Amino acid sequence: MIKGFLYTTLLTIGLFTVSSVKAEDSINNAIDSLQDTTHITPKAEFNAGDFIFDHVGDAHDWHIMTVGDYNISIPLPIFLYSKTRGKFYAFFSSKFHHGHSSFKDFKLITEGELKGKIAEIDSQGDVITASLPIDLSLKKNGAAIIFSCILLSVLFISVANSYKKRPESAPKGFQNLIESFVLFVRDDIAKPSIGEKHYNRFMPFLLTIFFFIWINNMIGLIPIFPGGANITGNIAVTMVLAFFTMVVIFINGNKHFWKHIFNSPGVPVFLKLPIPVMPVVELASWIIKPAVLMIRLFANMLAGHMIAMVLFGLIFIFGAVNIYFGFTISIVSILLAVFMSILELLVAFIQAFVFTMLSALFLGMAVTEHN
Amino acid sequence: MTTLFIILEVAGMALAKIGAAIGSSIIVLGASYGISKIGATALESMARQPESAGDIRSSMVISAALIEGVSFFAIIICALVILL
Repeated sequence: MIKGFLYTTLLTIGLFTVSSVKAEDSINNAIDSLQDTTHITPKAEFNAGDFIFDHVGDAHDWHIMTVGDYNISIPLPIFLYSKTRGKFYAFFSSKFHHGHSSFKDFKLITEGELKGKIAEIDSQGDVITASLPIDLSLKKNGAAIIFSCILLSVLFISVANSYKKRPESAPKGFQNLIESFVLFVRDDIAKPSIGEKHYNRFMPFLLTIFFFIWINNMIGLIPIFPGGANITGNIAVTMVLAFFTMVVIFINGNKHFWKHIFNSPGVPVFLKLPIPVMPVVELASWIIKPAVLMIRLFANMLAGHMIAMVLFGLIFIFGAVNIYFGFTISIVSILLAVFMSILELLVAFIQAFVFTMLSALFLGMAVTEHN
Repeated sequence: MTTLFIILEVAGMALAKIGAAIGSSIIVLGASYGISKIGATALESMARQPESAGDIRSSMVISAALIEGVSFFAIIICALVILL
């Protein structure tokens, strides 16, 4: 069943790539490559900043490689709501031809302040900067999250099914591996932090964030499609994870938890009324705790990706000076990048562990009863 | 007069970048000092009592990650100064 699923996914992805070079597109591409050669400037200048941020950032299509002048990329759906025209548009990003052509008065901006955004153009072809359309498109990070969610579902549902099929026997194979990690989360993260009485309620949540963060971190280290999209290095993704932690803490906080925030015992009354200093400070601390979780994961993952990109960019920077400098530095650069990637594997696990451990600690603080 | 203003304006941006770079090196000093203290005491206590090495190791990793989290917070601010 899993094989069939994987083959179907591979087939759909293959269809995407094929569709990007359909018959009519190939004619458009021929016209475009003619236009490209007239637009092209000699690539003597290697812009390291663009190189790094294009890799760690988000994009409207999934760029795989550039062969000469031709970009091989997977087009992603674009959904736009134009405020000036009041209409909703949906199309594939291949219509933009990587920023060279405009489609239905929309244009993908490739340079300048609005780089990477889609803007409307008026009849003269100038960009309307006053109001950008509302961009709800599925970008590279979104598509990568969908892929990793499908991967996680396939893996864990197969493990759950193997538990159902052989209920009283020892686990074997992949089920064995996942069981050891689940027991690790239960015995070393959940039980010590939350306590025997309540830990079982929170196990699904803790397991979800642990495996989501770990597997997404590791998928981000794979350089080829479908890996390589910097998901957990996107602050929106980590913000959502930290927001979920905050919501779970606030929903499950018991009376003692809220009492300690708004009416903590042992604090003199003048700090609570008439100006509630202590309640505001305590509430802010419980909002800042998940925010620090967000920043820690985001910064760690972004820093790891940027270090790898800087090391690879060194090759091109040196190569722009003299091609033999580039060849020489590439040996050092590749060794350093391999070492950094091994470290990044460790960091991927540690960051997932620390996020889950701190979430469990905060949940433990929220549900403890005082005798 | 206008050249003076132009130079001051350019110098202002350069001062911000110098500030961000020096700030980031101070962050590295603080974070590495803190984590090295944790590592040193963890190694000493693991040598004193080898059977609790596992507990001490996990506590060490957690404390190091927390300190690193704070330092990354400050690094992000330096990055924002340079980029914005």
